[in-house]
Amino acid sequence: MNNVSTIIFYILAFISMYVQIFFLITFFEKRKKIQYRKGTTKLDYYPTVAVAVPCWNEEKTVEKTLNSLLAMDYPKDKVTIIAVDDGSTDNTWQVLKKFEKYPNIKIIQKENGGKHTAVNYAIENSESEFVSCLDADSFVDPDALRRIISYFQKDPKTMAVAPSILIDKPKSFTQVLQKVEYEWAVFLKKVLGILGGIYVTPGPFSVFRREVFTNLGLFRKAHNTEDMEIAFRMQKNHYKIDQCNDAFVYTTGPKNVLALYKQRLRWIYGFIMNTLDYKHILFKKEYGTFSLLAVPAGFVSIIAVPYILGLLFVQIIKAIIKFIEKVSITGFDFNFTFGMPNFDTFFLNTEAYVFTGLVLYLIVMTTIIIGKRMATGKYGFDLRIILFMFTFSFIAPFWVMKAIYNAVFAKKTAWR
Amino acid sequence: MKNIEEKNDWKKYIIVFFITIFIFATAFYISNNLNNSKLEEIRKIEDTISIDILSLETQFDLFEELSCENITDSILSKELNELASKIEYGEKNFDLDGELLSLKKYYSLLQIKDFLLMQKATERCNLNIESIIYFYGREDCEDCGKQGYVLTDLRQEYPELRVYSFDYYMDLSAIDALKSIYQIDQNLPALIINERVYKGFKSREDIETIMPELLKIKEKREAEKKALEEAEKKESEKDSTN
Repeated sequence: MNNVSTIIFYILAFISMYVQIFFLITFFEKRKKIQYRKGTTKLDYYPTVAVAVPCWNEEKTVEKTLNSLLAMDYPKDKVTIIAVDDGSTDNTWQVLKKFEKYPNIKIIQKENGGKHTAVNYAIENSESEFVSCLDADSFVDPDALRRIISYFQKDPKTMAVAPSILIDKPKSFTQVLQKVEYEWAVFLKKVLGILGGIYVTPGPFSVFRREVFTNLGLFRKAHNTEDMEIAFRMQKNHYKIDQCNDAFVYTTGPKNVLALYKQRLRWIYGFIMNTLDYKHILFKKEYGTFSLLAVPAGFVSIIAVPYILGLLFVQIIKAIIKFIEKVSITGFDFNFTFGMPNFDTFFLNTEAYVFTGLVLYLIVMTTIIIGKRMATGKYGFDLRIILFMFTFSFIAPFWVMKAIYNAVFAKKTAWR
Repeated sequence: MKNIEEKNDWKKYIIVFFITIFIFATAFYISNNLNNSKLEEIRKIEDTISIDILSLETQFDLFEELSCENITDSILSKELNELASKIEYGEKNFDLDGELLSLKKYYSLLQIKDFLLMQKATERCNLNIESIIYFYGREDCEDCGKQGYVLTDLRQEYPELRVYSFDYYMDLSAIDALKSIYQIDQNLPALIINERVYKGFKSREDIETIMPELLKIKEKREAEKKALEEAEKKESEKDSTN
């Protein structure tokens, strides 16, 4: 590494480490206050809730989604499920028709207008105290809604609550890695919730007080990340968003790398564009951690991820080229390359960036293990964590760089 | 409407800042210490070599014609080769302006000294010591990396081979003298084998053709090894029959 890239590396590594330590300390400060409930949660009062299920070509999963809502442990007369077929071109409508017979399910068919229009339609056509949304590829845990509502009852100032999202029955390699990632996110989101720094209320089962929409307006298109824009808008208006770590929602992660690439491209592009749209509330102390730490840290990570990991990638490629060059000249000498007698600690890299990188990886690994514990109740290390860190190190720079490219050259990202 | 209690805990911002500073400082401290001990290691090897050279010179002075059978045992090729690879690594990874540069100059001098002594030994004791002098450039030399691989490989194959490598652009009068004796120009890499200069990249096969003695030495070494093994085998058979 030359001098300039080394200095940039240290600056980015410093900020990344700062944020990770900030999160860890916050977690250990408040860990006794974090609840992990089991069984059924009792509520004094059961408010009415409307759940919008926007569908666009979801014939394969929407049935399971609606069944999971019907199986929720919540008084049936208090929940209205509004399934909106947003101009699907497959058999989604036929699948929805099967649910017509349930008194608390409303099905609506409309022309395609985007996810936000489908959710808004449901909000406008309901009168409940609380409003929620469940993406048609996600399924709720039976006790999730009670646990979320208990957060609203504990603090009347809380205006929205996001759940913990996990990957539903991971099958492909890509999904297994996402499982690790989502469990890690349980930790990160909880800490952001404690700090008041949540910047996305995800499509799978975030619950809002109706006042949010009556006071601040409905969902917007917001670069195909309407669930992020509403969180930014709420933070701008000092509306409290909390994170209910023990309310679980299961979502279907993209099966292959290409689908994952498209999803992440949309997320990161959306994050960049929403941050730019709301840049006037950044670095202002009246907006708290959200404006001072959470969003800036997210933004730095967008630069740090491709930079730090890309640099690593280049180093590895260089070493491979050198190795091939050497082998092509001198032939492959098994004894020399792998023989331990030739091993000498002298040749280990002892530059400071190696140690800082190592510490950073260890801290991240610690937070992943904590996240796993919060999500599954099980401690322990498993190989998939290493596999996740390694694989995402190689593929994440691609979608991050494409998202930056799209943002700079004003190219829009597609949903799928 | 916001939870005031969690708003802007400045103390935490500052504490975390100092923790991060502390981790970074520790990383730099450890790295600095380890790099220093690496330089120390290089220095130690150089000391060993310079003592070896001095004692060899003294041997020559003391016994003039004698002790030819001892000379082959005292050759320093092992340490010299170890030092070569460590200096080479240091060149790539440490700042060359500092102490490493003077260590490298010292190493170059040791090589020249070793080369002269070996020449003397060859003449006096009629030994068969094969050596290659190699001039490389750290920049502006595309083939030098490849040539380096070939020479390292040869050194491993033939431990008897002594490779003396010199940085063409190093500011050292002894190297300038060597350059002018053999009339080496900027056409790198350049090899000197048996007093003859070869310019440009030479593959392993090329060098083996230039130095047919290498194969003979190897064959001899292997024959000796085989004989030794057989002798041991016989001995152990004897033991078992007893």
